Amino acid sequence: MATTDIHQHQQVHDHDDHDEHEHHETNFWRSYIFSEDHKVIAKQFLITGIFWALLGGMLSVIFRLQLGFPGMNLEWLKPVLGGWITPDGKLDPEFYLALVTMHGTIMVFFVLTAGLSGTFSNFLIPLQIGARDMASGFMNMLSYWFFFLSSVVMFTSLFLETGPAGGGWTIYPPLSALPQAIKGSGLGMTMWLVAMALFIVSSLLGGINYITTVINLRTKGMSFTRMPLTIWAFLFTAIIGVLSFPVLFAAALLLIFDRSFGTSFYLSDIYIGGEALAHDGGSPILFQHLFWFLGHPEVYIVLLPALGLSSEIIATNSRKPIFGYKAMIGSMLFIAILSFVVWAHHMFVTGMNPFLGSIFMLLTLIIAVPSAVKIFNYVTTLWKGNIRFTPAMLFSIGLVSFFLTGGITGIFLGNSAIDIQLHDTYFVVAHFHLVMGSASFFGMMAGVYHWFPKMFGRMMDHKLGYIHFWLTFVGVYLVFFPMHYIGIAGFPRRYYSWTNFETFSGFTDLNMLVSVAAIVTLSAQFIFLFNFFYSIFRGRVAPANPWESNTLEWTTPLHPGHGNWVGEIPSVYRWPYDYSKPGAKEDYIPQHIPYSETPESNLPHENELIKLESTSDGDGAIVIENDKH
Amino acid sequence: MTSLVIFIGVVLVLAILYMIFRVSNLVSIAKGDVGNEKASSANKINAALFIVFMVGSLGWFFWYSIVHFDSYHLPIASEHGKVTDTLFWVTMGITVVAFVIISIIMFIFIYKYQYREGQKAKYFPDSHVLELAWTIIPAIVLAVLIFTGLRAWNDITSPASKEAEVIEMIGQQFAWSVRYPGVKDNILGKVNYKLIDNFGNEFGLDLTDKNSFDDFKSLELHLPVDKEILLKIRAKDVLHSVFLPHFRLKMDAVPGMPTQFKFKATKTTAQMRDELGNPDFNYEMACTEVCGKGHFSMKMAVVVEDQATYERWKASQEAWLKQNPDYLKKVPSALQEAAMIKAGMEKDPGSSVAELKE
Repeated sequence: MATTDIHQHQQVHDHDDHDEHEHHETNFWRSYIFSEDHKVIAKQFLITGIFWALLGGMLSVIFRLQLGFPGMNLEWLKPVLGGWITPDGKLDPEFYLALVTMHGTIMVFFVLTAGLSGTFSNFLIPLQIGARDMASGFMNMLSYWFFFLSSVVMFTSLFLETGPAGGGWTIYPPLSALPQAIKGSGLGMTMWLVAMALFIVSSLLGGINYITTVINLRTKGMSFTRMPLTIWAFLFTAIIGVLSFPVLFAAALLLIFDRSFGTSFYLSDIYIGGEALAHDGGSPILFQHLFWFLGHPEVYIVLLPALGLSSEIIATNSRKPIFGYKAMIGSMLFIAILSFVVWAHHMFVTGMNPFLGSIFMLLTLIIAVPSAVKIFNYVTTLWKGNIRFTPAMLFSIGLVSFFLTGGITGIFLGNSAIDIQLHDTYFVVAHFHLVMGSASFFGMMAGVYHWFPKMFGRMMDHKLGYIHFWLTFVGVYLVFFPMHYIGIAGFPRRYYSWTNFETFSGFTDLNMLVSVAAIVTLSAQFIFLFNFFYSIFRGRVAPANPWESNTLEWTTPLHPGHGNWVGEIPSVYRWPYDYSKPGAKEDYIPQHIPYSETPESNLPHENELIKLESTSDGDGAIVIENDKH
Repeated sequence: MTSLVIFIGVVLVLAILYMIFRVSNLVSIAKGDVGNEKASSANKINAALFIVFMVGSLGWFFWYSIVHFDSYHLPIASEHGKVTDTLFWVTMGITVVAFVIISIIMFIFIYKYQYREGQKAKYFPDSHVLELAWTIIPAIVLAVLIFTGLRAWNDITSPASKEAEVIEMIGQQFAWSVRYPGVKDNILGKVNYKLIDNFGNEFGLDLTDKNSFDDFKSLELHLPVDKEILLKIRAKDVLHSVFLPHFRLKMDAVPGMPTQFKFKATKTTAQMRDELGNPDFNYEMACTEVCGKGHFSMKMAVVVEDQATYERWKASQEAWLKQNPDYLKKVPSALQEAAMIKAGMEKDPGSSVAELKE
């Protein structure tokens, strides 16, 4: 009963809030900069994420120039890169490592964690569960501004004389702990650690908010089994983040101690720069365990929201219920749990006890089962659909394709015996860029195209969307597919050049192809940028429910104010996937339509629910709550 | 001047693109296409493009994989490499079949079930039979892969036999060095990183240990064929990783935590040269854990030779102590004579004992 009381109280409270916002115009700063409105915060995350994505992409093109055209004169980059171009027009090898490191850090954390989860968890959770705003708008605002601060620190580190962090995005000590080992481990590394600490604060503030909001602020009738898969995905993502990010924080803190206060958590027996260091008894492997305890769940922090978004988009545009709704939730739950017990598959050949290797191999390959289930469910959702190829749908299909192609190579890498040869080669680069990088990026793009009308009240241009999709889809495959061959041939990653080795002297053709494809793919993103910003101001005004979708966000006004719904929040009577229900007039029945209004399409057990609906005026929530107990 | 021209050119191209975009927008408004969000006229084109993509990409995939097999397949030169490569190709076979089937089904569905006016999708929310089937089938296939993989992994990581040839690899920024235990005692002497110096003792050899006297250093990694080899691996400064691609061998070098890898080479350099028809072929060793500026240049030449040649080569190498006679001072006086004999040094007791007495 207590739950119910809180629930109702909250609604009343929110209603007051809402009225307040209706009547009092807030000033510019409070509505656009330090806003507590989840929709504005979502847009802030999105714009910042787009900025980072562009920067991360450009960094990758610079190092792809080096890899694809090793002899190229890069003098023309001097105005931008200055001293990082050597006098003979080559890229500085240390800066090459910094580029690789920053590309990884930016893409994994700033784009695909903050930009993806930050944008869509914020935007969609209140809108799809029927809440006025996040549980704590203030914490939500702090979450963005900590992220902004973190971004400023990370961005500033790019301009240091010694360069940004350069030991790879995994920042393994001792390399990252010793400034004498690489320039990037000086101030650049310090700023990296500070930025990440701020980032973790932001991520935790956001995550706690997402979890609380989903659990407490669902509208009348929105039971857990009626939540769209997007919300399920955001919920799992937030839980994974809240459990794993603090571990990265601990790892970073210990590294700060080792770097600055002479402790020896990760350092031992080191002779460098002509002297033996006093550090004794630490273990570099300890850092790797701590790092990957976040690092692996992080993969799913990046991936699950994208899978959630695409589930929703594929169901809507196939005009079919998502196949196996419960299996989809189950597999996400299973993935979320397993993601915490597979981390050491990144460490098969680090000297870790081989017995641990066997355990982690077992657990890792198990995680392939729920992933396979997801793919099969997507494909079955397409079967006998009535598919509309909106740009969002195209990007979602692209996601499934990447998830399949990249996921399958995980079966090789998860097998410790096979991983001996493939570890730290381009095979790994191909694998994670497809399954995690590109799949999540496509999920994010799909999300932007699909919810743009809700965000800005206007439509994006379809044709530009199609061109953007096809260039990017083919481009991404041309970038990452050839890397499998390069990896099978043993080419190690993070190499500035391979010409020293006879064994790795081939594949200049493939490397060139990859680089050209990377440049084309990046250029294609400018089509998106144009489309995005042009449509914000000049796009065609969107209809209320442009995709004829079932979820609650399309019941809000075209430009929802702070509080989302004018008047009462709609109640929910059915699951979100009643597409093409036999007997129904339209091929979709939104969640807020009661069964009593659709007798022609109700299934037998749904007819029984009608009785509950009629008594539900005012206290439907209580009935539902009691049902669950 | 040229950059100005390029700049103007870029601006012009962008302006033209923008005009095309505006015109096509106006045309579609005039035609009345706009507003039909259900399925635009491009629906058919997109559906067809997926089929084109599927045929093109799968075709390229098979063509390249078959025609260029030799360019990405490294010859195998170790016993366990044959096992892991077999596993690799078995996994490849299974996954390629699954990949191709799922891809084709997906793209065909996409094409076949594209939007048609008046068509209604099938309401098909779940099917326990199907779901169980595609949970259990992957689980069984994966279980088979796991168990074959586990067996190979356990064999590879099992302890080396006592007869194994022990060789030590040391990684540092940015070079590898090798230490052999020496022909007299065939045991690696103790080391301590605090004894490393810039003048000669790069291994940190502890000269109070008599096993260290005949240890010798090499700039090439020489390996005997068909004999079990135990690589002892350590690092001086940061992480490195020993990577012998032809031997399917990789193991990190960790400061403060010695690691190891046992294997058996199956082909000498000469045999491999014959087999590949390439008289210039050489085995190489690389570093695969990012270690700094010179990461990409940490190469070491590897020579695999038959037992007899290998033994001859070992016998011909000078002990480290002989190359660095100054360090004789560090040997306890009681062991000095033994050290000189073991290291194969010229006997000149007069000078060294005299030095010691000073």
